[in-house]
Formats: sequence, C-alpha cells, structure tokens
Amino acid sequence: MRVVIGEDLALLRDGLIRLLRAHDFDVVEAVDNGPSLLRALVSHRPDVGIVDVRLPPTFTDEGLRAAIEARRQVPGLPILVLSQYVEQLYARELLAGGQGGIGYLLKDRISDLDQFVEAVRRVAGGGTAMDPEVIAQLLARPRAATPLAGLTPRETEVLGLMAEGRSNAAIAGRMFITEKAVGKHTAAIFSKLDLPVSEDDNRRVLAVIKYLDQ
Amino acid sequence: MATLGAAWSITVQGFLSILLLPWLIVSASLVVVWVGIPMLAVSLSLLRALSMSQRRVAGRILGIRPDPPYRRVDGQGPLADLRVRLADPATYRDALWLLISVCIGFALGIVALVFYLVLPIGVLASPTMVRTYLTFGSFVLRRTDTEAMAERIDELSTSRAETVDTQAAEIRRIERDLHDGAQARLVALSMNLGLAEQMMDKDPGLTRELIAESRQSASVALTDLRGLVRGIHPPVLADRGLVGGLQALALAAPLEVDVDAVLLGRAPAPVESAVYFAVAEVLTNAAKHSGSRSAWVWLRHSADRLSVSVGDGGIGGAVANPGGGLHGIERRLAAFDGTVTVASPIGGPTVISMELPCVLSSEKI
Repeated sequence: MRVVIGEDLALLRDGLIRLLRAHDFDVVEAVDNGPSLLRALVSHRPDVGIVDVRLPPTFTDEGLRAAIEARRQVPGLPILVLSQYVEQLYARELLAGGQGGIGYLLKDRISDLDQFVEAVRRVAGGGTAMDPEVIAQLLARPRAATPLAGLTPRETEVLGLMAEGRSNAAIAGRMFITEKAVGKHTAAIFSKLDLPVSEDDNRRVLAVIKYLDQ
Repeated sequence: MATLGAAWSITVQGFLSILLLPWLIVSASLVVVWVGIPMLAVSLSLLRALSMSQRRVAGRILGIRPDPPYRRVDGQGPLADLRVRLADPATYRDALWLLISVCIGFALGIVALVFYLVLPIGVLASPTMVRTYLTFGSFVLRRTDTEAMAERIDELSTSRAETVDTQAAEIRRIERDLHDGAQARLVALSMNLGLAEQMMDKDPGLTRELIAESRQSASVALTDLRGLVRGIHPPVLADRGLVGGLQALALAAPLEVDVDAVLLGRAPAPVESAVYFAVAEVLTNAAKHSGSRSAWVWLRHSADRLSVSVGDGGIGGAVANPGGGLHGIERRLAAFDGTVTVASPIGGPTVISMELPCVLSSEKI
C-alpha cells in the first residue's frame, strides 16, 4: 500500500516511516511542508496520504489546506489527517465533500499501533476514522441532545463507535457483544433518529456524522 | 425647539447661580473660622452640580461630550477631598462661569424666552443667542489639554498595572499546571520505564503491565498539555484568526451559537487572543446563567475599531461585579483601550458589546 507523509517534525516523520514500513506500507515520499505535500499527493496519487495539520511555511493549517486542495483535484483521494489537537471546525471541512476516505485523529492515537494501522487501512479503503474526541464533542452538542436522549446507553455507545468509522465487526469486538447484537442496536438507532438504513458501512457512517453535525 | 428647552435651562441655572454666588463668597470668607469649611465643601459640590448641568445642556445643543474635567478625589475623608478640589484649576473655572451665569446667563435666558413668545423674531434670534452663550460657557468650562493628558496618564497607569498583575497571575497558573500535570506524569512515566527495564528479564508480565501504564501516563500528559495550550493560545486562533477561532468556539460551546463575523485581514495576535477569551467567557456565562439555549456572536471592523457583540435570549440581569467574569473582561480589554458595555435588563435579552481600537494586517502572516 503506497503512502505519502506530510510531517515537518523529523522525529515524528521518521517514527511514522519506520512504523508504517514495519507494517508493510510502502512510503513513497515524506515531505515537510505544505506546497511539496500538495505536489506529492497529486503526482503520486497514493493509496493514502498521512498529513499533519500544521506545516511550514505558515505554520498554521497549511497541511489541512493542502489535503483539501488535493482532494479537490483528485476526488476521493484518501487522507488521514493527524494533529496535536482536534477541532470540530476542521472535521466539518474535511467531511464537507460528503465523500469517504477521510480520517482525522489525534497524534496520541499513534501509540496504539494496532488501532492506528487499522485506521490507516480503513481510510485507504474509502472508510472514515474520526477521533473519539471529535465524536464526543458532537454527541455533547445541544441541538443533538433531544433525539439522542431517546437512545439507551448501549445504543449511544454504538452510535459513538459507528461515528468514529468502525465496522459492525469492530464494534462487536470492542464492546464484547456479537455482531448480530450490534446490527440490532444500529437498526434501533437508525429508526429512532429517522435516518435512511444503508448496508454500506461507509455511507452509514457519513449519514451519522452528518446527522450529528447539523 | 431644543433651544427653547435650553433657554429655559439657562434661565434656571442663572437663577440658581444668583443664589449660589453669595453663599460661596460667604463660605469662602468664613473659612478662617472653622464653620466655613463644611459650608465651602457643600457650596463647591453645588457649584459642580450646576456647572455639570450647563455642560450637559451645551453637550446636547452643540453636540460635544460633557466630560467632567475634575481631578479624582480619593474619598479619604471630606477634608482631603476639599483640599483636592481647592487645588483643582477646574474649580476656579467653575467659579468664573458662575459669575458669567449670574451676570449674563440669567438675563440672556429670560430675553431668549421672551423672544420665543414674540414669534417670529424669537425663532430667528433666540437659537443664535442660546448657542453663542453655550459656546462661550463651554469654552470657560472646557477641559484643558493638560488635564485631559493627566487623566489619560492616570488611566494608562491603572490599566498597565492591571495588565502586569493579570499576566503574572497567568504565568503562575501555567507554571503550577505544568508542575502538577504534565511534568508529574512524565516523571511517573520515566520511573515506570526504568522499572520496566530492570524487570524485563525477571518478570516479563510485570514489564508489559508497566509499559502499558507508561503509555497511559503519556497520553494523559498529552491531554493535559493540550488543555493548557488551548488556555494559553488556542491553536485554531493561530491557524485561522478571529473569525475561525470564534466559529470553533461556537461549535464547542454548550449552547447553540450563531456566528456572524466579517474581518478583512487579521487583527494583532494579542487582540485576537483577548477577544477570543472574552467571547469564550461571555458564552460560558450565557450557558451557565442566562437559561437560554441559544446565543449569537457578531463581529465587524470599521474605522480602525473592532466591534464584537455577544447576545442571548435569556433572563438578563447580568452585571459586572468586581471579581466577576465581566469585570475580568473589562480589565483585559482595558489593556487595549477597549470598552465593554453590558445591556442586560431583568427579563432579558442580554447583549454584551465590546469595542477596541485595532488595525488589521493583510490576511497572510
């Protein structure tokens, strides 16, 4: 699987490269600034781009802008955005196209290697990987509160994991329940929130996030 | 017609001046005997009230600000106050005006009133007379440049002292947070790792546990640091400036917030930060006390002034108590020559308006 990395801190960039190579990813290019990142993403068209939000030359949200621009030029290009902090505003912008293949995670999540590698694969496969912190903020939003209050605690937990982008199987594994039970919960959630049922995992996730982010 | 009211005010002021002048002279001459001292204090207060009322009338008719030109009294007893007032040149200008009011004001007021009765001469002549008199009066009562400057220096010293205090307190808080938070966790982490290194061969199970615990510590330390950084200078503010910062703030707020912000360029970083934290504080207050489920934020920049308003549809009754959140905002913005206006009648709605001078730079840093 071909990967492009955009990260300006050498320590983290080398760590990421080592980590990804150990998991059989092919790092085709690792760059340290916004303009080269955009060029690398568009010219290599990797299976997934792993991008830090803050990059030179401006040290603002250069990486995020490059990612969004690359996806405008190459629709559906899978991008996993990493950052020291997560902002709902940025999550919203990344998801604005309504397409999958998007991830937005705190850098701390890298420490859980299995989860991180799984997230990279998921994004490369056109899925989503949203940081639990983003989802927690979305769930805490006042406008979401009314219909969400009708969910049982179990269902809320499933909704949260689903919004992070996890498949039914992954949710089942995490909550120590059967996949069938997860299916029952999701059906209940979709009918309570009045969302269109979809078999496609990815479309389902985007529907949930869109619902929460109204 | 406003000048008719003014003519009436001038007449009344003139009449009161006629009563006050002899009283002032008598009390001034009785100062040598102790009875004169309280009499003088009272008559000086009356003189101030009277000249302030003239300033207000002149302000209304001539469209100038009726700024009181007096030196500040510290309230250290009536005798000290009296001493400050006697040393204040504004007091003597008031006295001069009193004389003018007695000699000219009263008569001029009556003539203007009588003229009004004899239309149409009055409609033509009286406004001119009233305006001329008020212009002359305001000139006598004006605040001199030196006084304006002295007052400004006073304001600046106060706000500078407050800024220094606030900053020192802020740095102490950051130091304490680092010390008790991230730093302590990193110490625990390196201890755990050291122990794990020793135990690696003897007890692989324990080693695994220690390493897992270390990772946990690292992630909590990172969370602490993130919180701290947000409190110092929110990253989104650095990335996107005030407009993006306020939008992010609205998304994270515990109530529904509508943001209408337009800014062609970026404000200086300290201003961005001050406004961001002020709005954050107001929104937190609104969520806690207003009982409203929604709020709005409005931001514009024109004529080198940045204006921000935050409102909610709640129960109102917000006041800037000393030591309270609103007072804190006032002090923070004072460092930038900014002002805070609170409109919060009982029953609501509450609108907090902030204004500060600021020059925008072009969009990119």
